[in-house]
Amino acid sequence: MSAYTFAIALCVIVVGLLFHLLRTRRIREKYAGIWMALAVAVVIVGLFPELAIWLSGVVGVQTPVNLVFAMAFVVLLAVCIQLSAEVSNLEEETRTLAEEIALLRLEVKDLAECRQSPSDRPSPD
Amino acid sequence: MPQFAQSRLLVIIPAWNEQETLGDVIREVRLALPDAHVLVVNDGSTDRTSEVATEASARVLDLPINLGVGGAMRAGYTYAFRQGFDRTVQLDADGQHDPAAVWDLLRAMDSEHADIVIGARFAGVGDYTVRGPRKWSMRLLSVVLSRVAGTRLTDTTSGFKACNRPAIRLFASNYPAEYLGDTIESLVIAARAGLRVRQVGVEMRPRAGGRPSHSPVKAAVFLIRALLALVIALSRPNEPVAIEGVSA
Repeated sequence: MSAYTFAIALCVIVVGLLFHLLRTRRIREKYAGIWMALAVAVVIVGLFPELAIWLSGVVGVQTPVNLVFAMAFVVLLAVCIQLSAEVSNLEEETRTLAEEIALLRLEVKDLAECRQSPSDRPSPD
Repeated sequence: MPQFAQSRLLVIIPAWNEQETLGDVIREVRLALPDAHVLVVNDGSTDRTSEVATEASARVLDLPINLGVGGAMRAGYTYAFRQGFDRTVQLDADGQHDPAAVWDLLRAMDSEHADIVIGARFAGVGDYTVRGPRKWSMRLLSVVLSRVAGTRLTDTTSGFKACNRPAIRLFASNYPAEYLGDTIESLVIAARAGLRVRQVGVEMRPRAGGRPSHSPVKAAVFLIRALLALVIALSRPNEPVAIEGVSA
């Protein structure tokens, strides 16, 4: 088995896994998108290795494999930054929800006391 | 939204595991400001902070998780905004701030038509001092923030602050939870929104627990994080100010 078929097989597995996760709603499309794109790109480069050689000539990288590594690094960096931003967003949302819960809890407590205080008997209204 | 507020001043005390000092602080506030409402924002404490506050007959906002001072204060400002309070005073739960000094803050707010009044530790009153790198970083912060706010501010990291209705409205929607966001960045946000910031000197009492650190490493970390907070706050795009009547 050549390295190309190995790479292609790996990518097919990745795409299949992502598709499965998307289908079962365990991952959202906005996160899967970049992985899908990456897998497809690797499949293309795996099928047509001349493409990587041609592209490295265009951008002036001497060894094509270094271009592939550099691109992989950039993609991973982009994913990490996207996830950091997403986590920050989630934290902000959690914070807002926590504040809202505290405010509601106090309001509920007030209402419960209001119902009890006018008469001590539990009224069924 | 029903208006429960008869009196118009709300004292907000953010508290995180402050069961030792909180009860006395609330009782002192009640003595010094009999008409004020007291709201303790329990910032996910694991001790009896919430019970102590309830026993001292303060209103308690129990945050289910620890959000830091910024998160606690935004919850407090949201409460103040929705309940229709005209003014708030933020007070530390460790007994550092003298509740009697709240009058100085409110008087300054009236006489100088300020929206936010900071109780400053280094404005000639009291003998609170810090030394070394920490002092330099605080000096630098006050120089920059004085320029931003257009007034002389000597103590920008003070947690003793009075706010009026426009400031409450602003902070209910926009109060950062970042490190130092409750002090440095909130001042930048307020100044950017066109609010008048002023300060009065207040005497600080020694904290009931713990001394301010004088370790040079910690001071350096403080300086770097403070500068980062400042640079980011200053470079942030202006956010639209919420309009009264629209729920925050």
